[in-house]
Amino acid sequence: MTGLRSAGVDSTKLKRMGRLRAGDLLFNWVTFAAALTVLLLLGGVIVSLIYGSIPAFQTFGLDFLTTQSWNPVTEKFGALAPIYGTVVTSIIALLIAVPVGIGISIFLTELCPPWLKRPIGVAIELLAGIPSIIYGIWGLFVFAPFFQATVQPFLIDVFAPIPVLNSIFAGPPYGIGVLTAGIILAIMVLPFITSITRDVFDTVPPVLKEATYGLGCTTAEVVTKVVLPYSRVGVIGGVMLGLGRALGETMAVTFVIGNAHKISASILSPGTTISASIANEFTEAVGDLYTSSLIALGLILFVITFIVLAAARIMLARMNTKAGN
Amino acid sequence: MASLGNSAISTPAAQALYRRRRRSNGILLTLSFAATIFGLLWLALILIALFYQGFSGLSLSIFTEMTPPPGEAGGLLNAIIGSLIMTIAGVAIGTPIGILAGTYMAEYGRHNQLTNVVRFINDILLAAPSIVIGLFVYEVVVAPMGHFSAIAGSLALAILVIPVVVRTTEDMLNLVPNTLREASAALGLPRAVMIRQVAYRAALSGIVTGVLLAIARVSGETAPLLFTALNNQFWSVDPNAPMSSLPVTIFQFALSPYPEWQKLAWSGALLITIAVLALNIIARTFLSPRTSK
Repeated sequence: MTGLRSAGVDSTKLKRMGRLRAGDLLFNWVTFAAALTVLLLLGGVIVSLIYGSIPAFQTFGLDFLTTQSWNPVTEKFGALAPIYGTVVTSIIALLIAVPVGIGISIFLTELCPPWLKRPIGVAIELLAGIPSIIYGIWGLFVFAPFFQATVQPFLIDVFAPIPVLNSIFAGPPYGIGVLTAGIILAIMVLPFITSITRDVFDTVPPVLKEATYGLGCTTAEVVTKVVLPYSRVGVIGGVMLGLGRALGETMAVTFVIGNAHKISASILSPGTTISASIANEFTEAVGDLYTSSLIALGLILFVITFIVLAAARIMLARMNTKAGN
Repeated sequence: MASLGNSAISTPAAQALYRRRRRSNGILLTLSFAATIFGLLWLALILIALFYQGFSGLSLSIFTEMTPPPGEAGGLLNAIIGSLIMTIAGVAIGTPIGILAGTYMAEYGRHNQLTNVVRFINDILLAAPSIVIGLFVYEVVVAPMGHFSAIAGSLALAILVIPVVVRTTEDMLNLVPNTLREASAALGLPRAVMIRQVAYRAALSGIVTGVLLAIARVSGETAPLLFTALNNQFWSVDPNAPMSSLPVTIFQFALSPYPEWQKLAWSGALLITIAVLALNIIARTFLSPRTSK
């Protein structure tokens, strides 16, 4: 300060500097508040869902999680059928999307000529950008009728003589149903899984791959013995991220699952998921208990996806630190 | 095969092993190629169906007439306008919060624990089911107000915008070279001025990309609007009343038994897809000259 004074800085300049300093502090606080807003949003979501689901849990207790009945007339609600539908559709989606996604990533990182890499990468990412309602309307009008006419009768016929499988693929072919929803979900999560596994595969140090090729290994051996073991954690993280999407996806499923609150052994029959139930019924829900039960469903969904997504993030973060070293 | 002529590996056992390895290699490569074709096939099938069904119903009346009652011809004007209003409002609310939060994480709190926590929570919000966000806004805004409204819909979209913008802003500010910050500090610029005049300018194209991607994301969102903005069969720009939107209208019309409504749903779906794909492509070209070196 003495230096400034001796240099002849007058009071207006000092005042201006004071203003700049105040502005600096203010901006710091404003950005800090915005960062806190992000935390408050998540906290607000959790608190409001818990608050909204109190009546349902007070009435049904933990039986809410284990009963199947969903009867708006007698006001008896249980979450088992939607939870079951959510889990089963997501498992079907992952069973299809994980091998295909990893296959595409192997193609992109090991086989693809460089000029084709970018166009395919962009196409996969465009597939990820298409809103879920488009998948829903396509699934309802194009895929479900096709599925009903061709694949479903075939599945029913093929598995009819086999003991356990014949109840999983029991008719009649409705077109819509749990399997259809799972397949549409698979198409939806495929781009997410693909782009993450591709990024993870790209973190494998080229030296490792070149050394393996140098030993005379085939591409298949490089992939299964070097690339996949090296990137295992990251791939699992990507799969979990895809699972998080599949669990919470609403519109693509709501169109094609049939919204039936029952658990059927057959994956060809209609079912429901947590998000589809909420989307279909929330605006029509009469009475506090009905609304509260749907909010409780939302809370269950949020808790499940939170756990899955948190695990995915931790795994991907671990992968990144590994790549950083 | 000529290379196999060398005596060390010409024993029958070695040749069998070699053939087996070649075969498994061929199988894996074929499968990965098939997977790629399979994945791209869906994109093609969906786009073909969408353009085929959507274009046949596309006409000027889509943009000039209101959504019709069942069994009559009409357009999607109120839904298009409603979508525009709520998307713009949502982005206008969410973007400043997102940019400021990203600024804190990259500039003021780059190494502190709070930033790590916010980044983790933000990533969760980014992928959280959007229908849950709808429930949250219903409880916080719709239930106390006592009615559905466009305000509630815009807020729900804003909550979806924030994590996208936070993420890209932080990433892009982290790419700004520290020498620029040090040079500004050496000139005596206060940090806030440095951030606004130097860091934001250097990261501008990246931040704009983030906002464009956020717009692309929310413009197709249906679930969070279902019980916040609801829907409106009529022309309405009143923010305090239920407002129509393209995604919710598509949802309602597609599941209806009326062929006219289903046709409009396809046309609406085509409009949304074109808008989203265009935004994605613009965002990518915006970004590419800077970050792809």
